[in-house]
Amino acid sequence: MNNVLTMRNISKSFPGIKANDSISFELREGEVHAILGENGAGKSTLMNILFGIYKPDEGEILLNGEVVDIKGPNHAYELGLGMVHQHFQLVQNFTVTENIVLGIEDVRYGLISTKKARKKIIELSEKYKLNVDPDALISDISVGMQQRVEILKVLYRNADILILDEPTAVLTPQQISDLMNIIKTFTKEGKSVIFISHKLDEIMNVADRCSVLKGGKYQGTLEISKTDKNELTRRMVGRVVDFKIAKKKPSIGDKVLEVTDLTYRLKGSDKALLDNISFHVKAGEVVSLAGIDGNGQTELIYALTGLIHNAEGSVRLNGKELNQLSIRQRTMSGLSHIPEDRHKHGLVLDYTLEYNLVLQEYFKERFQKHGVLQFDTITEHSEALISSFDIRSGRGPKTTAKSMSGGNQQKAILAREISRSSDLLIAVQPTRGLDVGAIEYIHKQIIAERDKGKAVFVASLELDEIFNISDRILVIYEGQIVADLIPEDTSYEEIGLYMSGSKRGKGYEKNPV
Amino acid sequence: MKKILYSLRSHKLLQVYSALIAIVAGLLFGLIILIVIDPSQAFPAFNSMLFAGFRRGLSSFGNVIFFATPIVLTGLSVGFAFKTGLFNIGATGQLLIGGFVAVYIGVTMTFFGPFTWVIAVIAAGIFGALWGIIPGILKAYKGVHEVVTTIMMNYIALYLVNYFVKSSIYDGLNNRSLPVPRANIIPKFGLDVIFSHSNIQGGFLIAIIAMLIIYFILNKTVLGFELKAVGYNKDASKYAGINDKRRTIHAMMIAGALAGLAGASMYLSDSFTYINVQDSMPTQGFMGISVALLGLKDPIGILLAGLFFGYLQVGGQNMQLYGFAPQVIDVMTGMIVYFSALSLIFAKFAIRFFRLRNEGDDA
Repeated sequence: MNNVLTMRNISKSFPGIKANDSISFELREGEVHAILGENGAGKSTLMNILFGIYKPDEGEILLNGEVVDIKGPNHAYELGLGMVHQHFQLVQNFTVTENIVLGIEDVRYGLISTKKARKKIIELSEKYKLNVDPDALISDISVGMQQRVEILKVLYRNADILILDEPTAVLTPQQISDLMNIIKTFTKEGKSVIFISHKLDEIMNVADRCSVLKGGKYQGTLEISKTDKNELTRRMVGRVVDFKIAKKKPSIGDKVLEVTDLTYRLKGSDKALLDNISFHVKAGEVVSLAGIDGNGQTELIYALTGLIHNAEGSVRLNGKELNQLSIRQRTMSGLSHIPEDRHKHGLVLDYTLEYNLVLQEYFKERFQKHGVLQFDTITEHSEALISSFDIRSGRGPKTTAKSMSGGNQQKAILAREISRSSDLLIAVQPTRGLDVGAIEYIHKQIIAERDKGKAVFVASLELDEIFNISDRILVIYEGQIVADLIPEDTSYEEIGLYMSGSKRGKGYEKNPV
Repeated sequence: MKKILYSLRSHKLLQVYSALIAIVAGLLFGLIILIVIDPSQAFPAFNSMLFAGFRRGLSSFGNVIFFATPIVLTGLSVGFAFKTGLFNIGATGQLLIGGFVAVYIGVTMTFFGPFTWVIAVIAAGIFGALWGIIPGILKAYKGVHEVVTTIMMNYIALYLVNYFVKSSIYDGLNNRSLPVPRANIIPKFGLDVIFSHSNIQGGFLIAIIAMLIIYFILNKTVLGFELKAVGYNKDASKYAGINDKRRTIHAMMIAGALAGLAGASMYLSDSFTYINVQDSMPTQGFMGISVALLGLKDPIGILLAGLFFGYLQVGGQNMQLYGFAPQVIDVMTGMIVYFSALSLIFAKFAIRFFRLRNEGDDA
């Protein structure tokens, strides 16, 4: 088989770090080649070099056997390279066709003509079984469909080499398996695919070969048929990682969190974003909330933590009604919250690490006297947390939160929330965007909280995570809890059905309207 | 070169350099304008402007302080609001309201005797704060943008003050308020001995004290911690249980009080003592925006920037001797603020450029 793309001994340094250290990479015609590596391993740098955004310090790129000097993304497109980004780049109130032709529109007499484009889109859509309606508005179609529009955008530009960057991050299990099938049709048509991911199951499922990067260095290329997950992880992380966290059997206590008939509507809207939600979390158990993004998870967490304060119904913590209380009163009543978006809610990025570590406690006696902050105790407190949670940063307590890595930012939030020893820990997407090592650490900490007898409520979009840490799984669909499951008695596929609304659990049949 | 660039990486330092570059660029731009207007007088005029603030030693510098005092206070007002994520364009209105209250008390409430000026200053701060609270409340509870409301409040203040002057302490002959008796202006605390033969005013001490208090609030207190947190990240502040609505109102209140004090310092000094019935806003309010920006929103920076702009004002008066309108100074001030925004961008480009070139050399 021919190599369509060869990257030979690519090196690239930035001040202080060698992002790519003599990396070589070969892509054969018609193969799916995965690139595996943790955050910061050099995947993005390598792809940015391929797209001409960075110039490599050393090394060369060969396309179909010829050395090329790629000048920039547009040049890369002309050469037949196409990238599907992790974050979609679509105009919400444009149609599918308009989005696809954006930038290369057919203009006649100053007017845009989409007739030809529409025809070509329909052909491509049929050829690769993408099933995309060219006239639908982006805002009306599902996330999985939006991703296919992104793929079409690349195909429409006649790319022979498709690069998919973390393509499954936002998809349900069913949508993921659809995507895998689409990828397989590409290779049948002779196109080659670079599949960037840190999810081992998907790589095992779809890729032919896998190149591993670690700390900017090339760790070898493996035939997927001749390797396994453990080998891949060992190369990626440099050690064996526990995918299954060893957990003791839970010793379950009394109800800590009890939610009854929680309902929330936007002002002036009839649609209930939270529809009569009732559940409980007991001391010593991890209950997680599964669901496709946008089915009310955010609203539920906001209603529990007080970021939404006008939900109807009851939220009790150790028997105390929280629903009318302010956020401060709730956190003081024993609620810890690791928020979904660590940059939006979790941290004040322009504050130092030590300020962020006291963000929930700066007003307490220890940290202030008569309204004046006690800097000594604040620094002491943060040094203790930094060492016990192994938070790495450039300048210790005085580091600006902005300059820390995602994993360490999350560790800081975790440290702050856990150290307050609340009875209830609410964690939303606690490992989003983190690498395997950090994920393992955070999962262990969450389990440790459970074993200390805390009630833990986790909302996550990652089913791996949910299966890994939960003692009980709730599934949310369109603002309703539709199932309450034990992880040992269910499967990814079954949960996928609940998540997409095609099935409802016992005791959660559709409410009579 | 490399060494400078490395030190430039520190953000704060980079900003200070940018500000200095901006000042030089703004002055040169002013010089070009002078040359265009009248080439023969441009250089002597520019020269005299540059050194006017020191020409007669401390006495000239006393005049610098006189001009600087109100704009340091309005600069603090705008800068403090900036720190909490608010853009207070309403310093002018708050200054007018504070100034009127100060003059009114100074003229009518002489029964306080030697404390009249103290009462007047405090009242100016309180009324400035009240004027600032209104946009604060609208912002916090109704989401009305403070830029819109504070601009409107400026006009309301302007005409309201005209009306009050006319209906209470009016001097119809001069179309202005009655003057505050000498006994009731802010005393000079001996500053007039140091800066003799100048317009030096005691209000400068108020500005210094205000600066210290603001510095303390922002950097040392729980209140400052919360206010800055709200300014940097409203969502995270809410998450942390900070009442962001109340803090927004407090921030506008404090900003308004500072601008109110600026009004007191302006009208309770030797040279002003009365309020004109006027159709245009006093410039000291808007100058506060320039001062806050050039001062990098930092209390100490604002003091220095205020003194610098005061220095230019003194120079501008000198420029009239050479046939130039003192407004040339306003052009320079404006350009300096523009350049300080631009130079930050230039500095970042420069760093990237040199970094790339250095890499090229190494390779």
